Amino acid sequence: MARERREAKKKAAWRGPGKTPVRLTVNGREQEVMVEPRRTLLDVLRKDLGLRGTKKGCDEGTCGACTVLVEGRPIYSCLALAIDYEGKSIETIEGLENDGQLHPIQQAFIEEDGFQCGFCTPGQVLSAKALLDKNPSPRPEEVREAMAGNLCRCGAYPKILKATLRAAERMRQGG
Amino acid sequence: MARVKKVKTEFEGRISEESIVVEGEGLTPWEAGADLKHVGRRVSRVDGAERVSGKAQYTADIQLPGMLYGKILRSPHAFARIKKIDTRGAGKIPGVRAILTFQNIPPLPFWGGLSFILDPTVRFIGDEVACVIAEEEEICSDALEAVAVEYERLPLVLDPEEALKPDAPKVHPQGNLFRGAPDLYQRGNLEQGLAEAEVVVEDTFRTQTALHNCMEVHGSVAQWDGDQLVIWDSTQNVFGVRAQVAQLLKLPLHRVRVIKQFMGGGFGSKNSMGKYTLLAALGAKRTGRPVKVILDREEENLAAGNRPASIQYLKLGAKRDGRLTALYLKAICAAGAYVLYPPAIGGPARQLYLCPHVKTEQYTVFTNTGPLSAFRGPGYVEGTFALESIMDELAGALGLDPLEVRLKNYSGNNQATGLPYSTKPLPEAYDRGASLIGWKDRRKGEAGSRRRGWGMASQIWGGSGGPPAYALVKVNSDGSATVISGTQDLGTGTKTVLAQIAAEELGFPMEKISVQIGDTELCPFAPISAGSMTVPSVGPAVRFAAHDAREQILEIGAQALEVPRDSLEIREGMLKSPHLKNLIPLKDVLSDLRNFMIVGRGGRAPNPEEAHVNTFGAQFVELEVDIQTGEVKMDRVVAVHDSGRVLNPLTISSQLEGGILQGLGFALTEQRIVDERFGAVVNSNLEDYKVLTNPDVPEIIPEMVDLPDLLANNLGVKGVGEPPIIPTAAAVANAVADALGVRIKDLPITRQKILQAVKGKNP
Repeated sequence: MARERREAKKKAAWRGPGKTPVRLTVNGREQEVMVEPRRTLLDVLRKDLGLRGTKKGCDEGTCGACTVLVEGRPIYSCLALAIDYEGKSIETIEGLENDGQLHPIQQAFIEEDGFQCGFCTPGQVLSAKALLDKNPSPRPEEVREAMAGNLCRCGAYPKILKATLRAAERMRQGG
Repeated sequence: MARVKKVKTEFEGRISEESIVVEGEGLTPWEAGADLKHVGRRVSRVDGAERVSGKAQYTADIQLPGMLYGKILRSPHAFARIKKIDTRGAGKIPGVRAILTFQNIPPLPFWGGLSFILDPTVRFIGDEVACVIAEEEEICSDALEAVAVEYERLPLVLDPEEALKPDAPKVHPQGNLFRGAPDLYQRGNLEQGLAEAEVVVEDTFRTQTALHNCMEVHGSVAQWDGDQLVIWDSTQNVFGVRAQVAQLLKLPLHRVRVIKQFMGGGFGSKNSMGKYTLLAALGAKRTGRPVKVILDREEENLAAGNRPASIQYLKLGAKRDGRLTALYLKAICAAGAYVLYPPAIGGPARQLYLCPHVKTEQYTVFTNTGPLSAFRGPGYVEGTFALESIMDELAGALGLDPLEVRLKNYSGNNQATGLPYSTKPLPEAYDRGASLIGWKDRRKGEAGSRRRGWGMASQIWGGSGGPPAYALVKVNSDGSATVISGTQDLGTGTKTVLAQIAAEELGFPMEKISVQIGDTELCPFAPISAGSMTVPSVGPAVRFAAHDAREQILEIGAQALEVPRDSLEIREGMLKSPHLKNLIPLKDVLSDLRNFMIVGRGGRAPNPEEAHVNTFGAQFVELEVDIQTGEVKMDRVVAVHDSGRVLNPLTISSQLEGGILQGLGFALTEQRIVDERFGAVVNSNLEDYKVLTNPDVPEIIPEMVDLPDLLANNLGVKGVGEPPIIPTAAAVANAVADALGVRIKDLPITRQKILQAVKGKNP
């Protein structure tokens, strides 16, 4: 009976209260953390996995600084509970570099000054990546629209657009 | 030999006199058109890779072993006395380590003595009541809900005009008018100026409360390292925070270390120590563990400062040809519950135009709302909107072109002192701006429900910077160098231009220079990064330090290589002399001297006494207003600004674009909304408080006059952080008025106001 309950509990959609094991695949690496079910994916990335490149700007799904990619799609990790993302492939800004080489999008952001304070930049770069992986030749309006969910209070928008278009061009030419 | 001297400094419209130790004199700026290798070049940011890769550490990214979290309980009432705080229940929650209240911490004065760090009286919704320190942020949140506070609510006042009435509830016992009197300025005789006028226009303008919303919220991490308090803080002013913390906690300066590496914006809201900083320090002391206190977005929008609302009554007198004879401004500034430095709303009225008879008075008024702080171009953004709006009204009344009226009132002198400006290429900015937007050929047009309009506005601001500011340049034995100065990079690109300056003066390649800033323990003093003063204060000190280092390199190099010193120069890190066959890498010389280290030291020389150093600019906009939907479609913004020599055209254009975009938000969408009954901010989040998004961005043409100011300092630079936001809202308002034929005098220019204005005009 007790065993059945344990089995049932394992399968149930709810967990907790208290800390519970969560297995996450982040930047291609599977890791297990013990966290409270109420902990957001953002907090798990930052606090439990030490991936602090993902930023907390509002913690309520309005600014986009916490953008990460799940199966290649951008999400606000502050609106996601970590326990809901087991078995999904999560990509953060730390996963973009390849062999110590910056991703062409990151490179283009530097060259075009596509940031000022840089706080929103990891999120901007990941939104740009999600777009360019899907649409290698976006029109400027498409870039603007795809990045509308990433606020930049410094107002680097014109250069974020330029950087994304430049990255697109470079990626089309093979990186 | 150092000497002490009295100098006049200007900061955000206020001129003060102070004593300084004069250093850093004797280096003249490079002439315009000089052949420079690094300065003036398009250089991408030296810390770009850290910022795009997520490696840049902001304050919230500081994670220390054993660190606790602190969260602040805030008042739900706009005005109340705390009768009782019961923390027993909250204290029993596992993981709670301390709960700070006014009952168990010393009454440390805050807000210039208007309040305490935790005060038994709360004066706005969001005022600090208690701070819970716990193992996890989630536990802090649970504990905050369990703290029982009994309040005695008091009658409150939210509207600044109401607050000025004699029977209004008093936010502070000494009354609601800041310092008990208006801030008054007069020159000439206003009545005489009005009597001389052939035309008089008068009007009242209103600006809204705007919220900074830096992407990185305010916060601090505090750790007691033995008897030294180490604070990581998201601040524009590491040395200021050190001084404030040391004073309040009665610590000698060397027992407080303030560190700020990367910073996610400040815009004036991070100019001084926050309550969160002290609460983290006190919490860390009490628990014996490091404590991190980071505000959330809602707290940020309640308690971390704002651009205060203003009501501005203006009266202009002028001759028929457009020359001003009289200018009067009465401004009311809604300070909120506390204020340290009111914005200088009258600054533009006093300075922007030639006018013999001027009077400005500003009433800074306490209300039961969140306190103001500086916000990029404080006072000048608001003041310029009103002044430039009424200047267009004057042009309309006289049938003159708006640009012509402004040119008629050009002043080459600061009218308060009669001294000239060091440089004032405003006419050139007008010229280039007008030509880029096509001002002369502008045509008002109608297409269906769309009306085309054009507008412009002018800008004046300080931005001279000044002493004291210091830098060191360490040259290592491998021919690399480190620039060290206790300044801040808010995201503006400070580190990059400091590296350019050092590379230029040393004759080193850029990649041989690193820059270390933002640490009171390791760096020599540099001032607050505000008032557009970082680069014009610190840059000249860096150049001087690099010069000092270079002199030492040449001295040593000449002896080591046995060539006349005068024959020796440094080119891209190599020593060059006609007496040498080859270029000699610096490291070949220095490494022979083992770990001999060259340390160059530099200070900032005083500003000129015979002239005022100010920044100027002009912006032009073309837009369309849809009179059926009220939508404003911005077509183009042309900005031409003067900030002396351009050190880096790439990063300076980013400053311009960013300022303009914040200005467009201020003109059209941004506005804190407060419930009139209870004083609650109803849009304290980024969903309902509308900052611009990427699709909202129009074409922006950012241009600099790029005229080195040879009197200003050894670089010929002036500041640029604030100027670009100052004229934007005014130019937009003028263009909307041009399009509609009716003026909206109340920011932001929302669709609702446009539709009402259109309706009012065509009933």
